[in-house]
Amino acid sequence: MNRFAPALALALTSALPLAAHAVEYNQIHADRSAIDFSYQQMGVTMDGKFRKFATQLNFDPAKPAAARAAFDVDLASIDTGSGEADQEAAGKLWFNTKAFPVARFASSSVKALGGNRFEVAGKLTIKGRTQDVVAPVTFTTQGNQGAFDGAFSFKRADFAIGEGPWAAFDTVANEIRIKFHVIAATGK
Amino acid sequence: MTTHYTATAKGLHWLMAILLFGLLALGFYMSDLPLSPQKLKLYSWHKWAGVTAFLLVALRLLWRAAQRPPALPDSMSKILQRASQAGHLALYLLMIAIPVSGWLMSSAKGFQTVWFGVLPIPDLIGRNRELGDLLALVHQALALLLAALVAGHVAAALKHHFFDQIDILTRMSPLHRPEN
Repeated sequence: MNRFAPALALALTSALPLAAHAVEYNQIHADRSAIDFSYQQMGVTMDGKFRKFATQLNFDPAKPAAARAAFDVDLASIDTGSGEADQEAAGKLWFNTKAFPVARFASSSVKALGGNRFEVAGKLTIKGRTQDVVAPVTFTTQGNQGAFDGAFSFKRADFAIGEGPWAAFDTVANEIRIKFHVIAATGK
Repeated sequence: MTTHYTATAKGLHWLMAILLFGLLALGFYMSDLPLSPQKLKLYSWHKWAGVTAFLLVALRLLWRAAQRPPALPDSMSKILQRASQAGHLALYLLMIAIPVSGWLMSSAKGFQTVWFGVLPIPDLIGRNRELGDLLALVHQALALLLAALVAGHVAAALKHHFFDQIDILTRMSPLHRPEN
């Protein structure tokens, strides 16, 4: 038996987590990240954004299967472009932010699609209802910072967003498109 | 020389009259409504009709440039003729300025106009909430001014016809044909 083997094994096991830690993107730059939405209203594409959301991320491009991502969106921070619509969106018929202040996305799996593209699957919870969503994400790096860009769609009716007179889709369409842009740096 | 407007000018005038009454009434009614799908529909219809009126004004001005309107009767005093011309100039200016202010307001508020839900009208300016609110005030003030001018326009036409016995109302009447 080689007397150096245990020492080598010890060196490898202690070195590996260090190496992995060095390329994990987990420090979010909230002020440079964005969550935008768009939808059709009377045949016109409308867009807006959420001003406040929290992101948790652990992403090592070499180990996508171990990656984790979660968003907590403050729904009252919605910016539709008009104060009247912002108030309506926060109200009972839409998000009902008094009872359900936060929309949450939590990843359940991340797959590499080749190149700099990944597929994130997870659970989207809004207004007490949860649905599976899948979003393709493009990952680009600049120095020790990574940019994550992705988009996905959901049906507002699946989450009872827009009830009562708003439930019909003739003024506000059912499909809502979400676009996200997250900037994260590698941890120290 | 004819003393009547052409049939085309009459048609454009009365079509515009109907559109403007509808637009003014709808505009003042819908802006006070609470937000609802109905309100969003009314806003879209108002914008579609507004774009249509804007195109009609352009058509009217082109027609007016090609076919000069009949001269005002000599029985009207020079001052009255000037006042009449100034009033009509103001009406035309408002018929241009009001749709343009509405167009700018829609752009600033981020609600693009898509004519009849089909033809997108390009946004003139970028999104700006404060500017959008200011343009809404301008649009409303100009609309009030137009409503006042239209009332004056109608009152003047009726006064000339019934009190001054000046034959001016019939020049625009869809029922009267010019004598050859």
